[in-house]
Amino acid sequence: MKAAIVGSGNIGTDLLYKLARSPWIEPRWMVGIDPASEGLSRAREAGLETTTEGVEWLLRQDELPDLVFEATSASVHAANAPRYAEAGIRAIDLTPAAIGPYVVPPVNLGEHRGAPNINLITCGGQATIPMVHAVSRVVPVAYAEIVASVASVSAGPGTRANIDEFTRTTSRGIESIGGAERGKAIIVLNPSTPPMIMRDTIFCAIPDDADVDAITDSIARMESDIASYVPGYRLLSEPQFDPGRVSIFVEVEGAGDFLPPYAGNLDIMTAAATKVGEEIAKEVTNAAADRHVTA
Amino acid sequence: MLRLTDTSLRDGSHHKRHQFTVSDVESIVAALDASGVPVIEVAHGDGLGGSSFTYGFSHTPEQELIRTAAKTARNAKIAVLMLPGVGVKDDIGVAQDNGASICRIATHCTEADISVQHFGLARERGLETVGFLMMSHSQPPEALARQARIMADAGCQCVYVVDSAGALVLEQVSDRVAALVAELGDDAQVGFHGHENLGLSVANSVAAVRAGAQQIDGSVRGFGAGAGNTPLEAFVGVCDKLGFETGVDFFKIVDAAEDVVRPVMPEECLLDRMALMMGYAGVYSSFLKHAYTQAERYGVSGAQILVRAGERKLVGGQEDQLIDIALELSRENVG
Repeated sequence: MKAAIVGSGNIGTDLLYKLARSPWIEPRWMVGIDPASEGLSRAREAGLETTTEGVEWLLRQDELPDLVFEATSASVHAANAPRYAEAGIRAIDLTPAAIGPYVVPPVNLGEHRGAPNINLITCGGQATIPMVHAVSRVVPVAYAEIVASVASVSAGPGTRANIDEFTRTTSRGIESIGGAERGKAIIVLNPSTPPMIMRDTIFCAIPDDADVDAITDSIARMESDIASYVPGYRLLSEPQFDPGRVSIFVEVEGAGDFLPPYAGNLDIMTAAATKVGEEIAKEVTNAAADRHVTA
Repeated sequence: MLRLTDTSLRDGSHHKRHQFTVSDVESIVAALDASGVPVIEVAHGDGLGGSSFTYGFSHTPEQELIRTAAKTARNAKIAVLMLPGVGVKDDIGVAQDNGASICRIATHCTEADISVQHFGLARERGLETVGFLMMSHSQPPEALARQARIMADAGCQCVYVVDSAGALVLEQVSDRVAALVAELGDDAQVGFHGHENLGLSVANSVAAVRAGAQQIDGSVRGFGAGAGNTPLEAFVGVCDKLGFETGVDFFKIVDAAEDVVRPVMPEECLLDRMALMMGYAGVYSSFLKHAYTQAERYGVSGAQILVRAGERKLVGGQEDQLIDIALELSRENVG
């Protein structure tokens, strides 16, 4: 499938490397706004066509992408989304715009594979919501809370200007996708040098008589499901059980594609986007093959 | 005139493990108000929205405590604290509806730009604004001044040098305050918030005033985090001696500390081994009670938890990582 990346910042550029490795997706275009952007020059080196003329340019091309990965900002995606839809281009949204359904690949990708627009919540959401789900598929979770600690240098100006969007969007995802009745998200930026690798803590309120072994097992299975597309995702210790709660500690080391490995927060977003794109590509290809066989 | 803010009903929340009741707030606010304390801060220790697994759940919702404080105070203004990333803008609006008139927004001292939207909202709503540069010991004066500029440009009317770890020593305070005063000029005032972890909070506050600070935080009876905050009644007495006008009645606030505030405290805040570790290693003061809890849970040394928190350069808000450190220590002990 032919893909365009809209946005040439940290996320867009990191995504470029992951898509270039994918056997299912062919990144062909990158759209930026800053001619001096490092992302655009790297994309040109990788053989993509680039522009600073916005999505107008992209939509004017003779050949259009099948898929657009949007790595701009919530407001830009809100403006672009209807235009992609009109042109019949599917969108994978890495901003907090939340126009399409929230997707966390190991939890609900199957349900939304056909959606014209898919939203990836937040980096903290991708790292923690699957674990809330891992607990809530075993026992009812009345409340779940997550703390995402990320290196200051990996939080770009968009995140910084809209930190409330991170906490609100992640909290909603903990509830709607994680399966907790009530969710809370906290984000902390740490400026230490060398930069810290992304860490996340997940607390879930659980019933007193919860089956501890079943929860531990479910968490371990989820860890390997996530690690299958984010190799640097790992539990830091066994889940910790205290009266009425389980605590889960994870670290997300990035693949070091664009930003260094400490930026697991970027890595888990771009890895999730790639995973979603590949699953869509597989389905479209398989559907085409089926049609061919029937004909 | 110096303007004093009492923070016992916010930083003291850590010492009280967030168990303040409506009657605690009524009695403390009434006594401080009668002593002439002009600003009283009320919130969960970790600010609006802080009630959580990570920081501890509140006994009484903080917004109810804020409403109680606002109803009780006759002259004092009620301030609230919020940390972007923990609380959200909506919390500020609710606090104002409950009678708060000063909004204090705290970030780690290198991350001021995450507060811009919150200062914007607070000013739009007509709230007075204060900015907190937490863990100010970790940055040199010039770097702090640049962060203060970001807050002032966003609408902050007074930027505080916040010695969250109680790690600053005398000239280190005056150099930082002076750098902020030079940077901000008439654009915003400068304040200082001290902790007692190296036994210097009153002296540091005097150094801050001499360097140009116009607002000083303290907690009556030291009722705060770590070894406690600057004991406000002692600072008032020192100000009387030095001829700094505060508008607070020394004898009344001394009585309030002894007769009203002390009975609300579970115990005195002490300059003991754990508190000294925090001042010495530069650790966020509110980690203290969490370090005790995890030390007991995992059978490891609380002092070692704090020292390692310093080595890992944890910042305010990362209380969850103290559990990870305790687990690490217990694995090492087994090995």
